[in-house]
Amino acid sequence: MIEVTDLRRVYGGGFEAVRGIDFSVRRGEVFALLGTNGAGKTSTVELLEGLAAPAGGRVRVLGHDPYTERAAIRPRTGVMLQEGGFPSELTVAETARMWAGCVSGARPPAEVLAMVGLENKADTRVKQLSGGQRRRLDLALALLGDPEVLFLDEPSTGLDAEGRRDTWELVSALRDGGTTVLLTTHYLEEAENLADRLAIMHEGRIAATGTPAEVTAAQPSRISFELPTGYFVGDLPPLDELGVGGHEIDGRMVRLRTHELQRAATGLLMWAGQAGVELRRLDVRSASLEEAFLGIAKEASAGTAEGTTTKEYAA
Amino acid sequence: MSATTTEHSAARATNATVTTPMGRMTALARAEMTLLGRNKGTLFAALFVPLVLPLSVWSASKEMDLAEAGLTTGTLVLPAAIGFSLLFAVYSALVGVFVVRREELVLKRLRTGELRDVEILSGSAMPAVLSGLVQSLLLAAGCFVLLDLSAPSAPHLAVLGLLLGLVMCAALAAVTASFTRTGESAQVTPLPFMFVSMLGSGMFVPLEVLPDRLASFCELLPLTPVITLVRGGWTGDLSAYEALGAVATAVAWTVVAVFAVRRWFRWEPRH
Repeated sequence: MIEVTDLRRVYGGGFEAVRGIDFSVRRGEVFALLGTNGAGKTSTVELLEGLAAPAGGRVRVLGHDPYTERAAIRPRTGVMLQEGGFPSELTVAETARMWAGCVSGARPPAEVLAMVGLENKADTRVKQLSGGQRRRLDLALALLGDPEVLFLDEPSTGLDAEGRRDTWELVSALRDGGTTVLLTTHYLEEAENLADRLAIMHEGRIAATGTPAEVTAAQPSRISFELPTGYFVGDLPPLDELGVGGHEIDGRMVRLRTHELQRAATGLLMWAGQAGVELRRLDVRSASLEEAFLGIAKEASAGTAEGTTTKEYAA
Repeated sequence: MSATTTEHSAARATNATVTTPMGRMTALARAEMTLLGRNKGTLFAALFVPLVLPLSVWSASKEMDLAEAGLTTGTLVLPAAIGFSLLFAVYSALVGVFVVRREELVLKRLRTGELRDVEILSGSAMPAVLSGLVQSLLLAAGCFVLLDLSAPSAPHLAVLGLLLGLVMCAALAAVTASFTRTGESAQVTPLPFMFVSMLGSGMFVPLEVLPDRLASFCELLPLTPVITLVRGGWTGDLSAYEALGAVATAVAWTVVAVFAVRRWFRWEPRH
């Protein structure tokens, strides 16, 4: 449904926002582009939507070039931009009616407004909607034409927890109905819950791709604890025998990385039991997408001068 | 899975009413019409000003020796009034519409849909163009009743002039919007063209009373051929050669404007 080959995008000032990425999205799949702000997600999606021409590489959506063959694709796609784009003085119903007039095979506007829970806001001016309601209006309009391919750029940003869950359910239902969805997000939870496959973008490149389980599996699990008083790291059982791949020490805190969590944790706890010591602040956690995400951001920015902040992307 | 997919495409096939360019533009124009009605500032400038300004032309006309230029009060005031309508109700109003829609990201959002670029601009321009047209017709009727204006001797020239003026002003508005960053600056950027047109396109002062060299320069201004055609349509003094020259000038400006829009129009705010 979507094929991207060595795609590049360069802005007027010479900034290379997308630096040669490849991926493909199959029919009926939810594909998430995950990344920090400035990772190149929106720049990529805009190329897929045909809003701009790529500086290099190739995009095919439904077999067509979205930029040069706009007319062939548009009746079959639905788009939700990162930020709305509705005249603030129109009401919700007027906005939906206007869009319905521009969409082939449009559903009745009232029906899509009900799908996103805006049926009671029909006569409200767009400027009086909350940020979350505006996102939902945007989603409703993207769904008007019952699209085969849906592009959602940060669909749940600005939504409260309930609104986010509703949006997820809606996207899942669409997928079950055969719609192909490409979404961007910086919520790890969203990618983990919703995506069949995902790609983590970092500084214009794809740092990791696969199913959430595959991406997660590549990451080590972690054990951390405080060394008991009077003990040193050398007093622990030999770490490689526990299946520990690496460790860090930060003051009294010890952090172990392992791909064999059960073996490492058992070995460590048995040692603690036999030695009769308490491992304070013990934390054992299996690999998560968050670990993968933070790990990728850290690794990738280790080589670059300006570090990348990841703190705003807590899952 | 395949069953649901089939069901999905079957559902799509049954309600596949394909949109047409006209249908899409009408939907957009209808929304713009609603917005025009809700924007009191633009509405006032667009509808009221072109009705008031002709009064000043009318009072100025008393000081002029119109007969020498082969004009009457009516044939001086009406072309000027139509010029005001084109400048205020169409040109200036549309600069604001294009800029504000761009800054609100409406144009970008529209471009994600089935509307083609030319349809977005035309559809958005339709209400303003229509109001300019209706206003011009009302002004003609008003001059006919109040200023003893005779029936036009060459109505086709007047109609042609008006239509060219409407299209050209919409296109020039898009050009001006290309170089206007914000809604506030959209109040200022239309002014140069408006002043130049009022002074040099024969609205306040007929070109006939200007020195020859100045007059032949002023003939090349965008709005001049429109005023010339409307006035000539009423007086019937325009030779075929002169009429053709005016039409060519207006078409040339429109073509240049369309080219400039294709080249420079920005669909989203600067980053």
